[in-house]
Amino acid sequence: MKVSKKWLNDFYQIKVSDKNFADAMTLSGSKVESLKCEGDEIKNVVVGKIIEISKHEDADRLLVCTVDVGAAETLNIVTGAQNLSLGDFVPLALDGAVLANGTEIEKGEIRGVASAGMLCSLAELGLTLNDFPYAIEDGIFILGEDCVREPGLPIQSAIGLDDLTIEFEITSNRPDCLSIVGLAREAAATFNEKLPMKVRKELNTTNSLTDRLDVEIHDSSLCYRYIGAIVENVKIAPSPRWMRERLRACGVRPINNIVDITNYVMLELGQPMHAFDIRYLKGNKVNVRRAKHDEKIVTLEGEERNLTPDMLVIADAEKPVAIAGVMGGEYSGVMDDTTTVVFESACFNGASVRATAKELGMRTESSARFEKGLDPHGCLNSMSCALELVEKLKIGKVVEPVVDCIAFLPKERQLDFDWKWINDFIGIDLEKDKQAVILENLSFKVKGNTVSVPTFRNDVEHKADLSEEIARFYGYENIDNVALSGIAEGMLSEKQSFEKLINTSLLAMGYSEVQSYSFISDKAYDKMNLANDSHYRNSVRLLNPLSEDIAVMRTTPLPSMLEILAANYNKRNTEAGLFELATVYIPRKNEELPLEKQKITIGAYGEDYDFFKLKGSIEELLEIAGIENIKFEPDADLSHFHSGRCARVKKDELSLGVLGEVHPTVCENFAISARVLCAELDFELIFANKNLRRSYKPLPKYPAIERDLALICDFDTPVGHISDLISDAAGEFLENLELFDVYEGSQIKEGKKSVAFSLRLRSHERTLNDRDADLAMEKIVSHLKNSEIYLRD
Amino acid sequence: MKEQLSKVRELAYEALEAVRSSQELDLVRVKYLGKKGELTALLKQMGKLTAEERPIVGQLANEIRSQIEQMISQRLKALRAADLEERLSKEKIDVTLPGVRHKIGSKHPLTIVLEEVEEIFLGLGFSIAEGPEVELDYYNFEALNIPKNHPARDTQDTFYISETTLLRTQTSPVQIRVMETQTPPIRIIAPGRVYRSDAVDATHSPLFHQIEGLVIDKGITMGHLKGCLEAFAKRLYGDETKIRLRPHHFPFTEPSCEIDVSCFRCKGAGCGMCKGEGWIEILGGGMVHPKVLKTGGIDPEIYSGFAFGVGLERLTMFRFNIDDLRLFFENDIRFLSQF
Repeated sequence: MKVSKKWLNDFYQIKVSDKNFADAMTLSGSKVESLKCEGDEIKNVVVGKIIEISKHEDADRLLVCTVDVGAAETLNIVTGAQNLSLGDFVPLALDGAVLANGTEIEKGEIRGVASAGMLCSLAELGLTLNDFPYAIEDGIFILGEDCVREPGLPIQSAIGLDDLTIEFEITSNRPDCLSIVGLAREAAATFNEKLPMKVRKELNTTNSLTDRLDVEIHDSSLCYRYIGAIVENVKIAPSPRWMRERLRACGVRPINNIVDITNYVMLELGQPMHAFDIRYLKGNKVNVRRAKHDEKIVTLEGEERNLTPDMLVIADAEKPVAIAGVMGGEYSGVMDDTTTVVFESACFNGASVRATAKELGMRTESSARFEKGLDPHGCLNSMSCALELVEKLKIGKVVEPVVDCIAFLPKERQLDFDWKWINDFIGIDLEKDKQAVILENLSFKVKGNTVSVPTFRNDVEHKADLSEEIARFYGYENIDNVALSGIAEGMLSEKQSFEKLINTSLLAMGYSEVQSYSFISDKAYDKMNLANDSHYRNSVRLLNPLSEDIAVMRTTPLPSMLEILAANYNKRNTEAGLFELATVYIPRKNEELPLEKQKITIGAYGEDYDFFKLKGSIEELLEIAGIENIKFEPDADLSHFHSGRCARVKKDELSLGVLGEVHPTVCENFAISARVLCAELDFELIFANKNLRRSYKPLPKYPAIERDLALICDFDTPVGHISDLISDAAGEFLENLELFDVYEGSQIKEGKKSVAFSLRLRSHERTLNDRDADLAMEKIVSHLKNSEIYLRD
Repeated sequence: MKEQLSKVRELAYEALEAVRSSQELDLVRVKYLGKKGELTALLKQMGKLTAEERPIVGQLANEIRSQIEQMISQRLKALRAADLEERLSKEKIDVTLPGVRHKIGSKHPLTIVLEEVEEIFLGLGFSIAEGPEVELDYYNFEALNIPKNHPARDTQDTFYISETTLLRTQTSPVQIRVMETQTPPIRIIAPGRVYRSDAVDATHSPLFHQIEGLVIDKGITMGHLKGCLEAFAKRLYGDETKIRLRPHHFPFTEPSCEIDVSCFRCKGAGCGMCKGEGWIEILGGGMVHPKVLKTGGIDPEIYSGFAFGVGLERLTMFRFNIDDLRLFFENDIRFLSQF
């Protein structure tokens, strides 16, 4: 909300510096966003009076003016403007002046004649014809009678371009502060004063029908009050300078006297108003009703709008002429030849206005106020203010009585004045009468133990709301800070600690942590080569996604990881090793909310990474988690992985996840032309199977025996299978089994390979001798023979 | 005989002076002190001496032997030192060559700051609560005193899943979930992802993180809110940090406030970071609205509480001077590896 300081001063005279005022208002709850002096970018431009005009000797189209600037010496100015006459008062940019757009003006010579400065147009002062309707666009701005025409006066004060615009941030619970008077009330209370009530002329009213105007509210749940007043003998013209000036300072464009009055009242009192030309109200009828099916209206800005029965309209005997509280119709508003207007001051249901404005995509100054809930009591005062302005501006004759149709008038809310509770709740100790003063400054009435809430403060409905009023003006800064006391145990849950352990472990292994979006595109599943009936495709879907790229909640974290790897690859990062503890969202039958599960995702590409590096990382991770007896089983059935380079990680029969090289087609779909490694592990299962207990095993007292074992087997025999057989047969002494060579080639028969292990045997009870080792080795060899695995000669 | 002994000593000394390696030294030792060495040979002639001369010469011979031995060990030490010196000089490397580094991954900057915040609150006795990201309208809005068509819904453009479910727009629904399942005293923070229908640019993202805080107990006042958040700000930004509360409006707290911290760059003097104000807004909060407590199943006549919310991205951007929100979710390794 932009506010003119001059206007605000009409209601509450600001007595401190602008900065101090802004700070104080901010700390009492009306945050000042900015302070802007109008015209402060203009420098050294003054009022000049033209006392002589002569032709330029060397140029037909140029004039040389002698200008009085209130000093002993006059100035010579060369100008090309054609709209000057002797005696005109004009804006004159002196040597060193700065115009509104930042242009600097210097004295100079034009075709041999010295010019001490430049005469200015409206635009050069940053103004438009809306501000000075009598000026012309392509000429010098000739100051009218509404300006202070005093040579030498800075132009800002001469034309009223010297107001201060204070911009407030108004929270959604305070529609009453979307007005000068509301902010003046806050300002007064901030400086511990009470704003005096402005007494207006009491209007003569009737409750619905006059012979000139017939108002009917058809839906009292959507319209609480409708006041219509006729003004006749109207002459449409620009409004006076002071009014235009105040509107401009508040960021509203002046239009004409009638429209300006409606905006002026809205800004001053917070009550949106509207003006109709009575010629366009068929049957002089105002029907406040829901729109009919298929009804349409062309709104002020010229667009046709489709209406629905959820929307409230103002209609004449035949058709809608305005969307209630949102915008008027193009053909029913005030025209240049309008002679009789109907002013509207009404109160509509906030939620309904909000829904309508949202549905039509047209939020206006009016709807922004109505939707927060306005006070039906305010309508009459606002109409009174508007009609006073009509009289003050002498632009027409008010017809009385005015029609005041009331469907609902709220009573003042009564709350217990629980001042002790308020003290306890806020943590202060403020006497009852001091609390009462704060409330009274804000127009609350305090009687004994009861507080009456003014009807324009619909937001105050609970003692906690009263406490906020007390706290705001007591000053949040004056509340003593208190440390939390009592014993509280602050600790991570077991799962939270385990998350951190997983993160730290992966970081230590060289993977960097990423954060990806939780939503993906449907197309990501296609890019992943997933079958049309893949269970992954059953995802939680957004009703109103921003774009197709982020339209479904992911059921697998891999597309996110692949996108990130692709982005890095496209940026020519030569390698990347990344991980994320990512959430996936799995729809559940008979449950409104999906299951949210965490997945450990690892993704990598580049020279350092291959299947076994990734596998090693996972082995280490599971070892850290204390999960033993892990098996990696080949899995050729996952369409997004390389069929020959993919494994399922299993603990007994439980699948903890998959890892592998991403299918080349998938890589291509994500535009990565490198081998990509990915793993998706089930965090919850790993957490459930973890074992972080460690117990000490005594260090060996007896020496170990090392033996090597070189074997020949079929090329297809998995090494994992061979080591399983060895472990099975070795007996209790086998302490460690390590693969140290796999070989195929010229030394070996085709279709065969050689596999070499080294074994460490040890007993915890005695020193083993060669005989023990020989026996163990014999057992192993004979067991292997059954699987056609033989000692290499 | 005496002269001969002295002569042997003299010769041995000369020989020892001349040796250049430990092997040569060994040869000298054998030559003079060995079984067949010169000193031994001389001593074998002791028998020819008189009984009076014998002990004197014998003593002299022992002295000379030990002198030579001492000399040998001295020389050995010197030679070894020289050898070592030579080896060291041969082994000289260019220490300005790069070190061999072990690759360590980088924590995401959001995680770094989140963990910092978590640690501060754990230290203040808070636990960490969690709640779903796909949430019921009831928890995200209704229970927080934001009914349908409430203007406050406008400021939080919501992704809907259905009429009744949505992506949470704030971490505040966790407040209600915690109230429903825990009995006071309650002291939790709830960090997590939140979603709003904002198009991506340098300062907007459809997904970002908040950290919610909730304290409920008997006798909790606004003074506690101030005390707690000041402690937080001081630990996050240093002891000299001040906080400033400005009245504000949130439907689920009353009184509500926005909380500024004194600018950690200019210490409140005014600079580009704080746009000359000396203050930077980092938090929103207030006293939990009694209506909300009641909805959560907690008697507002017995208990009171305060709640607050912080934007993690904002904190992190300030912490690391990051000027573009998109960097967090692009995950360029050149960005990540800076942390």
